[in-house]
Amino acid sequence: MNKITKKLLSMVSDMDDLPENSAFNIREDSSCAGRHSTEHVEIVGKTDVPGIDIRIKPNTKGESIYIPACITKSNVDDLVYNDFYVGENADVIIVAGCGVHTDSEESSQHNGIHRFFLEKGAKVLYLEKHVGIGKGTGKRFINPQTYMELAENSYMEMDTSQIKGVDSTKRTSKAKLEKGAKLVIKEKIMTHGEQFAETNFEVELNGEDSGADLMSRSVARDHSKQVFRSIINGNTNCMGHSQCDAIIMDTATISAIPELTANHIDAQLIHEAAIGKIAGEQITKLMTLGLNEEEAEAKIVEGFLK
Amino acid sequence: MLELKDISFSADGKKILNHINLKIDNNKFIVMTGPNGGGKSTLAKMIAGINIPTQGKILFDGEDITTMPIYQRAQKGVAFAFQQPVRFKGITVKDLIALSANQQINEKKMCGYLFDVGLCPKDYLKREVNTNLSGGEIKRIEIATVLARNAKLTIFDEPEAGIDLWSFNHLIAIFQKLREQQEGSILVISHQERILEIADEIIVLANGQISKHGPTQEILPELLHKERCKFCIRQEESI
Ligand SMILES: Nc1ncnc2c1ncn2[C@@H]1O[C@H](COP(=O)(O)OP(=O)(O)OP(=O)(O)O)[C@@H](O)[C@H]1O
Ligand SMILES: [Mg+2]
Repeated sequence: MNKITKKLLSMVSDMDDLPENSAFNIREDSSCAGRHSTEHVEIVGKTDVPGIDIRIKPNTKGESIYIPACITKSNVDDLVYNDFYVGENADVIIVAGCGVHTDSEESSQHNGIHRFFLEKGAKVLYLEKHVGIGKGTGKRFINPQTYMELAENSYMEMDTSQIKGVDSTKRTSKAKLEKGAKLVIKEKIMTHGEQFAETNFEVELNGEDSGADLMSRSVARDHSKQVFRSIINGNTNCMGHSQCDAIIMDTATISAIPELTANHIDAQLIHEAAIGKIAGEQITKLMTLGLNEEEAEAKIVEGFLK
Repeated sequence: MLELKDISFSADGKKILNHINLKIDNNKFIVMTGPNGGGKSTLAKMIAGINIPTQGKILFDGEDITTMPIYQRAQKGVAFAFQQPVRFKGITVKDLIALSANQQINEKKMCGYLFDVGLCPKDYLKREVNTNLSGGEIKRIEIATVLARNAKLTIFDEPEAGIDLWSFNHLIAIFQKLREQQEGSILVISHQERILEIADEIIVLANGQISKHGPTQEILPELLHKERCKFCIRQEESI
């Protein structure tokens, strides 16, 4: 593993070293820089396309699985398919994350396609962090796609954030939920400069009492642009909620586009969107504590995205 | 410590403060009262730097701070508890107290400030200062954060508003404690007789002008007899 990978790893997965006793797969510039399976979690490389299959045995409890991907230089065009099969009643944490480092004027990109198949009663906390670093002017692209199939009474929470340095991102998250399944997505995004970030949520609530809660918090500064789209289809007795809460600064642009469709009398769907600049009184209050305007703004943004 | 010289303030073509002259000495506990809309909050915000006077001068420890930005006044020792506290998404009570203290502050000390305002630290330190807090809760948090400032001049704008009787008794105790160990001056805007009673001096502001200013023994009886029902309601009677 090279130094840049190490740095990216610590940024995306708070990992300074390879995790002992945990299953992991570290992807570095389109190849594998380390892999480890455990008794309950098996990771094997795919043979037809780049990527891995992660099989988590039923009833596996309390394991964390790390699958970070790092791109350490310009001119890498990475595409990867990772499939997670989560057995019945397993309860695990999956830490993904992607760091892209460019060192010249050439661009690099990572397109990660992650599919999750949760069996009955399975529970997954999926943590995903995206960062871009490096002095190169080459653009850094990260386009994650996440597909989730949640069987009866399964639960998945996806916490995703992109706080720094990614020039362009188009993130698509699609889910299908069966009876009693619950999906929670928490997204945090900050864009600056000329960056562009697009979020697309698409959820099918197919099973009775299924529920989805999609929350996005974002800050757009400078001349950056953000688009937030959330589609929820309520096809039975279900609950769907999507929320976009955004702070706009400078000359940025933010769009929030909900699309809720109720195909059943007992489908309850809600969308909330709030876009606005930082409230003047918040800055004033922090200034009365001794912070100057810039410090106050930074504190407010930091809290908002925490 | 603080001197207002011939201060006037207008907004939207309306004169809100009219030729105010006021001196606040070191180590005083002063209560300002007066009818709603009289200009008390406007004056307090002016001292904190949120409003800039259209006329006149403000001196703090002899230095002209009339146009000094809010944060610099704060750094010089002016603290201000808002009548309507501001809410934030994501910023916790702990974050806010730490910012107020402006130095490394241990958790025990933070808890102390919350205890003082009658909040159980364990329940509140990690809470976000957002719209989920009730009116009385946020008001007490506002007071706690301002206590953490340990400022030379601390201004409380109607600290009693919206808080329950039990916490009100606590508040009186806090003010009494502050008064005893005082190392600065305190200016409280209040309509409560029990707060007026513990003041060294009382200021009455009405129609943008100071109509009375003097020692409590002198002013309070006048207020109680002549203008009783106008703006001094006993806490006990008001609930
Ligand atoms: N920025 C402003 N623009 C216009 N009018 C204002 C502004 N700020 C305050 N006022 C008006 O000035 C008057 C004084 O307001 P202020 O809030 O200072 O009163 P107060 O004495 O604190 O009243 P209360 O006891 O109700 O808190 C009010 O009539 C108010 O509507
Ligand atoms: Mg007021």
